[in-house]
Amino acid sequence: MFIKNIAQVFRELSKQKLRTLLTLFGIFWGTTAVILLLTFGTAVKANSSKTMHGMGESICVIWAGRTSISYGGFPKGRNLSFYKDDAQYLKEQVQLIDDISPQYTRQVPVKVNNKKQNFNINAVWPEFKEMRNMVPRGGSRFINPIDMEKRRRVVFIGNEVEKTMFGDEDAVGKLMYINGTPFTVVGVIIEKEQDGSYNGRDKDAIFMPTSTYLSIYGDRFVDNLVARAKDVNKTEQMKKAIVAAMAKKYRFSEEDTQALPIWDTTEADQFLNIFFNGFTIFLGIVGVMTLIVGGIGIANIMYVIVEERTSEIGVKRAIGAKKRVILMQYLVETFAIAAAGSVSGFLFSVVLIWGINQAPIEEFVGVLILNPAIAVTTIIIISIITLVAGWGPAKRASTLDPVVAINS
Amino acid sequence: MIKMENVRKVYDTGKIEVEALRGIDLHIKKSDFVTVIGPSGSGKSTLMNIMGCLDKPTTGEYKLNGQNIKNMNDNELSELRNKEIGFVFQNFNLLPYASAYENVEMPLLFAGIGGKKRKEKVEYILDKVALGDRMDHKPNELSGGQKQRVAIARALVNNPNIILADEPTGNLDSKSGREIMELFVDLWKEGNTIIMITHDHRVSQCSQRIIEIIDGKIYE
Ligand SMILES: Nc1ncnc2c1ncn2[C@@H]1O[C@H](COP(=O)(O)OP(=O)(O)O)[C@@H](O)[C@H]1O
Ligand SMILES: [Mg+2]
Repeated sequence: MFIKNIAQVFRELSKQKLRTLLTLFGIFWGTTAVILLLTFGTAVKANSSKTMHGMGESICVIWAGRTSISYGGFPKGRNLSFYKDDAQYLKEQVQLIDDISPQYTRQVPVKVNNKKQNFNINAVWPEFKEMRNMVPRGGSRFINPIDMEKRRRVVFIGNEVEKTMFGDEDAVGKLMYINGTPFTVVGVIIEKEQDGSYNGRDKDAIFMPTSTYLSIYGDRFVDNLVARAKDVNKTEQMKKAIVAAMAKKYRFSEEDTQALPIWDTTEADQFLNIFFNGFTIFLGIVGVMTLIVGGIGIANIMYVIVEERTSEIGVKRAIGAKKRVILMQYLVETFAIAAAGSVSGFLFSVVLIWGINQAPIEEFVGVLILNPAIAVTTIIIISIITLVAGWGPAKRASTLDPVVAINS
Repeated sequence: MIKMENVRKVYDTGKIEVEALRGIDLHIKKSDFVTVIGPSGSGKSTLMNIMGCLDKPTTGEYKLNGQNIKNMNDNELSELRNKEIGFVFQNFNLLPYASAYENVEMPLLFAGIGGKKRKEKVEYILDKVALGDRMDHKPNELSGGQKQRVAIARALVNNPNIILADEPTGNLDSKSGREIMELFVDLWKEGNTIIMITHDHRVSQCSQRIIEIIDGKIYE
């Protein structure tokens, strides 16, 4: 009976080919749009936070700046510097700090066999590894506390450094002459995507323990500090505490925003989150709009069908169909039409997503995955729109005056 | 079985009010065969619709099997139409996409009668109207007389107490019309209560009782 009715709906639809085609296309396209756009938004967001996190997740890079407020008898415009023990000082003073590392940087000539080239070397603590996502390739490692203690001449190098200096050979365990001093390569960073940087990309850099570095170069000043809070949500408080501690030590105003420039990647993360959520919601709305237009088409078609079947509805009522039976019948039929459009849209999306994943755009949008949450969201949206679209016509069908309907 | 007291029906068409029935008093007993005659627009169909619980009187009382229609809601009236009344219309009013079998089956579906019993009933009743060999035919594959027999089978299938027929032979040629009338007479002889509107005086001669309606009033 139901099947028969639905078959009849499609027969009546075939009488109005253009209208039906447009409506089915509307639902089909709306479904495709919602799925693709949501999938796209999600993928782009995931991808961009992945490349952002090449820099490290929720870290603060701190530089010594120049005072902009006169304070404690000092005029403004005084250049500040970090010294060797500042990292240790902050670690003791600021409870909110989870990890901290000083970072010394300089350009030096590097020689391997007969190849010679200048590279940035960075002297850091072992803590640097976790904060800045220094992931060693399998079978290699980052510099460790024993290297620090014994001032070992070891380096951890970027994958591009390895490529440039060692070609296709594995650099781990090999010697590298830095300013003429031999160092052993203990680790190579894995290939990673990195959007944000300071002092150049990690793939082009060389890392060594600060203890070794100082024993050779004896720098007075630390270039910058890198710190991370115990709790990401307390990053703001940690920054304030760091400024306060340094202000006390170097005698500048805590209000001085220029004295201690801090790059907080948490801010970028939050911004990106808001941006990409907004982006996804926008794309979703565009898709939903398309579906709503399709829904209006369905409502329109159902009104025409009810109109054409007025007499039939009257007869059904006369022989005992209750209002809710008629209501249900037309709702089910509306859902049948919507299902025809959206199932094809669904299948088309799956094919399209597969196709897009074959294209070489992974770097920009990442891999598209039709996740269950998106599928379920889409189904719920379509169901709501269909229910709203079908309700009016079905209600009209069920409330027709049987006497008038029979004679129409 | 049917009891009307001072039934009036007023159609309010916005501009003017049409008084289709002006005080009908009527009593019809079980197993009667009543024909209703009268000029076009006199109120025959209106009376039929009220008797069939498709419509309610504007004023006055209508009792079917002792139940007052006034106090029943739409669901109860639907059930009453389904179980107590069988309609036969002038235009057959069959569902065009459904076979004879499926058309006849429909009241049983609304009554919620189960598969096996339903099949038995439908086949029995189609045999009875001599369409046992046409069960799978669609309405457009049947003649006018056959269509009306399907409609009669649909009216009978749920064993109603009353069969209401509004000009059932109006759209048939005279030969088919006569056959349909014979069918109604047979049904009456089996004990069915039949109320039929007709224009045809020869038809009304077959019945037990003739009611004439002129201008919304009954003359017997
Ligand atoms: N739904 C309606 N709305 C307004 N007037 C109606 C309606 N149905 C019937 N009428 C009027 O009521 C009167 C009786 O109609 P009807 O019962 O159909 O007559 P008959 O069946 O005897 O030809 C007519 O004047 C007709 O125009
Ligand atoms: Mg009439």
